[in-house]
Amino acid sequence: MRVPIDWLRQYVDLPADQSIEDLTEKLTMLDLKLEEVDRVGADIQGSLVIGKVLSAEKEVHSNGKTINWCQVDVGEAEPRGIVCGAHNFGVGDLVIAALPGATLPGGFQIAARETYGHTSDGMICSGAELGIGGDPSGIIVLDPTEAMVGDDAIELLGLRADVIDLEVNVDRAYALSMRGVARDAALGFGVAFHDPALIDVPSGGESYPIRVDDAAACPVFVARTVTGFDPTRPTPRHIARRVELAGMRPISLAVDITNYVMLELGQPIHGYDRDKLRGTIVVRKATAGERLTTLDGAKRTLSADDLLITDDRGPIGLAGVMGGADVELGDFTTNIVIEAAHFDPPMIARTARLMKLPSEASKRFERSVDPELPPYAAQRVAELLVEFGGGTIEDGVTSVGVAPVRKPVTFDVGLAARVTGIAIDAATVISALEANGCLVTVDGTMLSVTPPSWRPDLVDPYDFAEEVLRVVGYDKVPSILPTAPAGRGLSAPQRLRRRVGIALAGAGFVEVKSFPFAGPADWDNLGLPADDARRRQVLLENPLSAEEPGLTTTLLPGLLKALALNVGRGQDDIAVFETGRVFHPKAGSIDAPVYGVSKRPTDEEIAALDAALPDQPQRIAIALTGERTKSGWWGKGRKAEWADAIETFRLVARTLNVALEITAEHDHAPWHPGRSAAFHLNGTLVGHAGELHPRVCKAYGVRAHTAAAEIAIDDLINASPDVTPAPVFSTYPVAKEDVALVVDDAVTAESVHRALAGASELIESVRLFDVYTGDQVPDGKKSLAFSLRLRATDRTLNDEEIKAARDAAVAAATAATGATQRI
Amino acid sequence: MSAPNKDYDPVEVTPLHADQVESMRDAALSAIAAADSLEVLKQVRHDHAGDRSALGLANREIGALPPQARKDAGMRVGQARGAVNQALAARTAILEQQHETTALAEEAVDVTLPWDGAPVGARHPLTTMGETVADIFVAMGWEVAEGPEVEAEWLNFDALNLGPDHPARTLQDTFWVTPQKAALVLRTHTSPVQARTMLMREPPIYVVCPGRVFRTDELDATHTPVFHQVEGLAIDEGLTMAHLKGTLDHFAEAMFGEGTTTRFRPSYFPFTEPSAEVDLRCFVCKGDPALQRECRTCRGEGWIEWGGCGVVNPRVLIACGVDPERYSGFAFGMGLDRTLMFRHGIADMRDMVDGDVRFTLPFGVEL
Repeated sequence: MRVPIDWLRQYVDLPADQSIEDLTEKLTMLDLKLEEVDRVGADIQGSLVIGKVLSAEKEVHSNGKTINWCQVDVGEAEPRGIVCGAHNFGVGDLVIAALPGATLPGGFQIAARETYGHTSDGMICSGAELGIGGDPSGIIVLDPTEAMVGDDAIELLGLRADVIDLEVNVDRAYALSMRGVARDAALGFGVAFHDPALIDVPSGGESYPIRVDDAAACPVFVARTVTGFDPTRPTPRHIARRVELAGMRPISLAVDITNYVMLELGQPIHGYDRDKLRGTIVVRKATAGERLTTLDGAKRTLSADDLLITDDRGPIGLAGVMGGADVELGDFTTNIVIEAAHFDPPMIARTARLMKLPSEASKRFERSVDPELPPYAAQRVAELLVEFGGGTIEDGVTSVGVAPVRKPVTFDVGLAARVTGIAIDAATVISALEANGCLVTVDGTMLSVTPPSWRPDLVDPYDFAEEVLRVVGYDKVPSILPTAPAGRGLSAPQRLRRRVGIALAGAGFVEVKSFPFAGPADWDNLGLPADDARRRQVLLENPLSAEEPGLTTTLLPGLLKALALNVGRGQDDIAVFETGRVFHPKAGSIDAPVYGVSKRPTDEEIAALDAALPDQPQRIAIALTGERTKSGWWGKGRKAEWADAIETFRLVARTLNVALEITAEHDHAPWHPGRSAAFHLNGTLVGHAGELHPRVCKAYGVRAHTAAAEIAIDDLINASPDVTPAPVFSTYPVAKEDVALVVDDAVTAESVHRALAGASELIESVRLFDVYTGDQVPDGKKSLAFSLRLRATDRTLNDEEIKAARDAAVAAATAATGATQRI
Repeated sequence: MSAPNKDYDPVEVTPLHADQVESMRDAALSAIAAADSLEVLKQVRHDHAGDRSALGLANREIGALPPQARKDAGMRVGQARGAVNQALAARTAILEQQHETTALAEEAVDVTLPWDGAPVGARHPLTTMGETVADIFVAMGWEVAEGPEVEAEWLNFDALNLGPDHPARTLQDTFWVTPQKAALVLRTHTSPVQARTMLMREPPIYVVCPGRVFRTDELDATHTPVFHQVEGLAIDEGLTMAHLKGTLDHFAEAMFGEGTTTRFRPSYFPFTEPSAEVDLRCFVCKGDPALQRECRTCRGEGWIEWGGCGVVNPRVLIACGVDPERYSGFAFGMGLDRTLMFRHGIADMRDMVDGDVRFTLPFGVEL
């Protein structure tokens, strides 16, 4: 809301020396937050004076232009010679002359200069050059009654003005007017407020026939009529200037006055050319598909939710939002019907939103306008029309409906203190409420408070507590640290998620945060089969991009894009991880219920809310490319590969102290069929790791052999033991035995390892230390070399026991995997 | 070696003469002194103090002497051998010291050589900032609450007193799951977590909820459709706005250093009444008029807009099953992304979301 300070001062007795800083600080602390101070015309400097054109000689120049060579009396001893290209003035007219040395808005400097064979000793100004509206094509010509030669034009035209722009919250609709801002300023400084709506209003009679068919949508409709209005009369300069400073464009006297009154009182006004109206004005809901051409020239198709102003021909206006073109005030309108109405805020909001028509009127109506204002605003408009445009106000007032009567709200006088923590006595509470326009009656410690008509937001006792606080001052709230009961600290999952993040960072992975949006292009890039569950995504009504129409089902697209971005920016060795949710629609999904708010939903109802949500488990994913360890002066580094992804999966499991089973995975996109693994936790699949399929790497623009893993971290965290039992270990000597076993290529190391480890309780540990294929083993086979550590808990093993355990291990491996011992 | 002296006759044994022993000793001592390495010294020990050295042989001859002569000769040889062994020990110590010094000098390396083969990782500062905030509140006995990101409309809006006509519900502001009648949204704030906490737990409640939230803004330098919030909720008997102020003052100090204060400005939120914007005293210029004008952190304001807060609207309490006659509460919420931006001087929001590791690495694993 743009508020010209001079205009504001008309309604509130601010001290003459009141600084803008103090004023805006006070208003901000009253919930009218300063957006900015606009010091309009602050850059205008030097002499801008009223001049009289003594002579004007037309000269045609070789470039085809005709100029006026003028002698202008600016109140000095001699007239000044000024060249002017405009022609909408003549000898004897009063004009604005900017003298050399002056600076116009925008920093345009005026100097005496040679042009068209003359020394132009100044400039005759147009409205545009002075930063004010009006006819942009021509220079400003003043009425002889307005000014004298030599007068200061800056003062006369109000070229300099301080305007404060306030951010008005939705609960303070009243502040979308000078009246409302002035009332709060008066409250803040404890000075007098002069209500511009406090005018005499006649009642009774009939002005123009009105029928309201939907009283809920339009509780109040007031019409007044002015006849014999002179549409040729200009808008008084100060009215046009105020409208303009407040951010609206001056248009014509009648329109400017309706806007002026809206800015002044907050009541949007609509004016109709009475001679264009046909029959009774009817306020009704539209029928779907009805059409209306609005003032902006747009042809609009209406829905059954839109409220219309109609006459015998059909729709003539979109109520509270924008008028129709057929009946608008025009250049020849002499008889005017003034509409001042109250409309249902949500309905106006809906129409304005759907029509994309956030007008000055709808902005006010959708936040609710003082419902008692219409008769006063209509009267004010009628008076101003007649004052500046002549004509007569017709006697009758058509008034349909009445403003709803506000009911008192009862609460105890200590509420504000209890809510705010400030010691506020009863007298302060009552005076603060009254300062806000409330009617307060006291009954013991109980207050019965009737809010004023312009405060539709004051409904609950707490609303009134806020008004008291506003007057007492938000800065008076003391600072007291509450004592919470002893808490339980972070939950185990919260601690474990941190631990995993730290472990991954420690292992050289950098965390990224991607948007969780994805779509079919990603599923194709990942090579997901047509029936893959990950293709079923939660779709959005309004996705940001058509390529990503819903929520992702895997973290990999985001990670691979981050990888590609980094490689594209010249970082070659990249390892990244992400923790985040993925989203899977539930089979046979149901709509979420929407309950009332007057009581807690039952446990069953709450469960129904949760049942409607998609599954959204947490995942961790990693991806890496380039060198895992760099080459350097110490020797060669090592490229990141499938094994790094698998080992990182194991790292996460180790961090959470859970044991996973690994199996080779041959058919799970987006991984390489020969270089990927599946991990299970107690039989449940918890993720995959390995090298990505070459086609996937290509699709995402990352290097071949990029490796990745995606982990169902929730499952791992849930399995993480609360209490880890202490190990029991032997202090007897260890016996170390190595075995080399030849197996088929297809046999996994894991299966041989498992067989060895489980063969005897004397086997303390098994570690694979070499894999060999080549001349020494047959084709299609490989040799796996394991070191076994053998130890008993209660004795030193003798040679026979050691040999027996070793033989048992080999035998177990043979039985399980067909391994033969390599000699 | 002479044969054992069986007949007790005094026998002359030449090597046991005093001058002979002395010359053996002196030869040994000079050889020891001349030894310049442990290897040479080892040979010297063999030659002059070993079993087959002159003194060693002399020692064995003592037995061949008549008993009356043994004492003298034994003492003479013993003293000489003692002197030699002492000299050997001393020389060994010196040479070992020299050897160690040389060996260490030879093993010296350029310790400034970079050993940067291992990859370096980091956690995202939004993660660690969320944890930092959580820790501040956990230290006061609060707990960390979490909830789903796809949320029921009722929990995201209705329960929080955002009525059916509230503009925030529209497709312009909120991501809706298809079909819209499913009444599911991407949560627009972490407040539904607060609602869930009230629905499922009895007061007193002191929870803080960090999390990811969604609004339909296009990504640019100052907006992102996916961002992070931390919200706090306290419900207890007798809580007032003063407790809110105390909590935020503590939060501000813990986060931005001692002496950092907050101020309240009136505002409007459907879920709180009274509502306030909370401003943070600029932690860089501290509102010092001399510094404030040029301060880039607060853009010359002296204060930084930090978040919204207020006393929980009793309508929210009622919808969430908390008795407003018995309990009151307060709530607050801040943008973590924005807090990170002004705390660490991040100019462009996109740096936080596009995944360039150069942004994240300097933050390490803790803020």
